[in-house]
Amino acid sequence: MFSGLSRAAGINILIILAGVAAFLIVEGRTGIFGDTEEMSGSDNFLQYVGPLVFGTVYAASLALLIAAPLGVAVALYISHYAPRRLAQTLGYLVDLLAAIPSVVFGIWGVTVVAPILSGNLYPSLNENLDFLPFFSGTISTSGRSMLTAGVVLAVMILPIITAISRESFMQTPRLHEEASLALGATKWEMIRQAVLPYGRSGVISGCMLGLGRALGETMAVAIILSPSDGYFWSVLTNQNSNTIASNIALKFPEAYGLDVNRLIATGLVLFGITFLVNAFARRIANAGFSGADG
Amino acid sequence: MTTVLDDRSASVVGARRMSRNVQGSIAGAALLLGISIPNLLGDGKWGWVLVVTALSYVALIYVGSRALEGRRQATDRLMRATVTVAFALVMLPLLSVTWTVIREGVGRFDGKFLRGTMRLSPEELLAQRDGLAAGGAFHAMVGTLIITGLAAAIAVPLGLLTAVYLVEYGRGRLARAITTMVDVMTGIPSIVAGLCAYALFVIVFGPGSRTGLAGGLALSVLMTPVVVRSAEEMFRLVPNELREASYALGVPKWRTILRVVIPTAIAGVLTGTTLAVARVIGETAPLLIAAGLAQETNVNPFDGRMTSLPVFTYYQYVQPGIPTEAGVARAWAAALMLVLIVATLFVLARVLANVLKPKGLR
Repeated sequence: MFSGLSRAAGINILIILAGVAAFLIVEGRTGIFGDTEEMSGSDNFLQYVGPLVFGTVYAASLALLIAAPLGVAVALYISHYAPRRLAQTLGYLVDLLAAIPSVVFGIWGVTVVAPILSGNLYPSLNENLDFLPFFSGTISTSGRSMLTAGVVLAVMILPIITAISRESFMQTPRLHEEASLALGATKWEMIRQAVLPYGRSGVISGCMLGLGRALGETMAVAIILSPSDGYFWSVLTNQNSNTIASNIALKFPEAYGLDVNRLIATGLVLFGITFLVNAFARRIANAGFSGADG
Repeated sequence: MTTVLDDRSASVVGARRMSRNVQGSIAGAALLLGISIPNLLGDGKWGWVLVVTALSYVALIYVGSRALEGRRQATDRLMRATVTVAFALVMLPLLSVTWTVIREGVGRFDGKFLRGTMRLSPEELLAQRDGLAAGGAFHAMVGTLIITGLAAAIAVPLGLLTAVYLVEYGRGRLARAITTMVDVMTGIPSIVAGLCAYALFVIVFGPGSRTGLAGGLALSVLMTPVVVRSAEEMFRLVPNELREASYALGVPKWRTILRVVIPTAIAGVLTGTTLAVARVIGETAPLLIAAGLAQETNVNPFDGRMTSLPVFTYYQYVQPGIPTEAGVARAWAAALMLVLIVATLFVLARVLANVLKPKGLR
C-alpha cells in the first residue's frame, strides 16, 4: 500500500511537470501564431521576444561577470583562509543573503544601490570610457540602468555560486593539499595546484546555476530597470532592453486578450532558456568532481 | 632594533618572511592613504575611505612583500588580501539590506499596519493626505498565511512521499526519470510557475481568473523539489543497519519506513521543510500573476483575488498613491515584516534540528 502511495507521488511529479509545459504551450500557442492585429505593438512574435531575450541574457551575463570572481573568492576564503572555527558561521551569513526575498532586494536596489552607483561610479565610467559602447550615452540620473540591475542580480546569485564552489573546494583530498605544501608551495600555489583544478567542475556548475537563477529573476529587475523597446548595449542610460521575466511582471496585471497569451509564450521561451542552462550545469556536475585528474 | 626580516617565523627553511611590524605598518599606511586621498580629492565619504583603504592595502602588501620576500610570497600575500577583501565586500550588501529595511520599515511598523487593510474609509484617506498613518497589511498577512499554507499542504506530502519512493523503493527508469524531473523543477523560474498556475485556472475557469488557490498551486510547484531534495538527503543518511535490524525482526517494509526511517530522519526533514517554506514565502512574481492584488481581507482561496505580503510590498512601492510617502513607508514596513518572518523561520529550522536530533547524536 505504502509502496503504491509513494510511487504515485513520484509519478505525480512527472505529471505536474508535464502539466507545466502543457498549460504553457496550450495558452501560449495563440500568443505565437495568433492574429497580431489583435495584439498591441510589434508585428510578429520574433520581433516582440527578440529584445526581451537580449535583455534577459545581457542582464544575467552582467550579473555572472560580477558575481563569478567574487563568489569563487568568497568560497576560497571560507574554505581555506578563514579561521576554522569561524568558517561555518561565515558560510551561514552568506546563505542568509539568499534568504532575503527578491522584492526586498528590488526596493533596496532602487533606494540604496542606484544612487550610490549613479552618483559615484557612473559619471567617471561615462567620461573616461565612453569610447566603449557599453559606457556611452547619457547616464541615468536615477541610476535605474542595466548595470545597477546587474549589480543587484549579482548580489542575489552570489550565495549559490559560493555555496556550490565552497562545497567542491572542501572536498579536495587533504593528501593533495599536503603533498603540494610539502614540496614547498606557498598557500596560493597549493590552491592553484590542488584546490582549483579539483573544484573546477563545481565552480562551473555553480556559475551555471547562478546564471539560471539570474535569467529567471523577476522582481528585482522589474523594480530597478527602466525599460525601453529595442536593443541597447549601453549599461548606464535610461534606455534598457527589458528582461522576459520583468516584462511579464510589468505587463501581465493590465494585459487582456491575446496580449496575455503572448506574455505566456514569452514565459515559455524563458523556460526553454533556463532549462538549457540548467541542463548544462547538471551535465557538468554529474560528470563529477573529477577535475583532479584533468 | 626592529628587524625588517624575521627568519624565525619562516615556514620554509631559508625563506625570508616579513615581520609583523612591517605588516602592521603597511596596514597603517593603507589606512592613512584611505583617509587622505578621498578627502584631498573633494568628498570624504566613508564609502570611499573603505574602498581606497582596501585597495591600497592590497597594493602595498604586494609591493612590500615583493621587495622583501620575493615574487612567490608576494603573490601569496596578494591573493590572501584579495580574497579577504572580497569576503568583506560581499558582507556589505547583507549589512546594508538589513540596516535599510529596519531603518525605513520601523516607522510604519505599528498597530494600524498590523490590523488595518487597504480598504480606506474617507476619514482615513483624509488622515493619510495630512501625513498621518493610515492603512495596513492585515489582509496581506492573512493572504500570505493561506497561500503558503496551501502550498505546503500540497508540496510537503507530495515531496516526502516522492523522497520515500526514491530512497526506499525507486529502482530503474522511473526513479531516474523522477530524479531528473525534480532537477528540472528546481530550475523553473518562479514567474513561469505563476504563469502555469494561471494558465491552468484560465483553462478551467475562464480568462482573468485569479485566486489564492492558484497562488498556492504556483508556490507548491516551486516548493516540491526543495522538499524532495532535502528529505531525500536525510533519508539516505539513515544507516542501513537500522533498516536491516528491523527487517530481521520480521517487520514489514512499510512499517520499517514509518517506525524506523522517518523517526530517525525527522529532525533533518522538518528543518528542510521549514527552509522550503522560508524560500517560497518571499516569492512575489508567481503571486503577482496567479493571485493578484486585493484591497481587503479575503479568506476564501477559491474565489477572488488574494493579496500576499510580497505583492503588497511591490504595489505599495511602485504605485504608492497620494501622498507617495505613505505608500512607500507601508512598502518598507511590509518588507521588514517579510524579513522578520524569514529570519524567524531560519531560527526555527535551527532549533528544530537541535531539539529533534536522535539521542546519542546530540
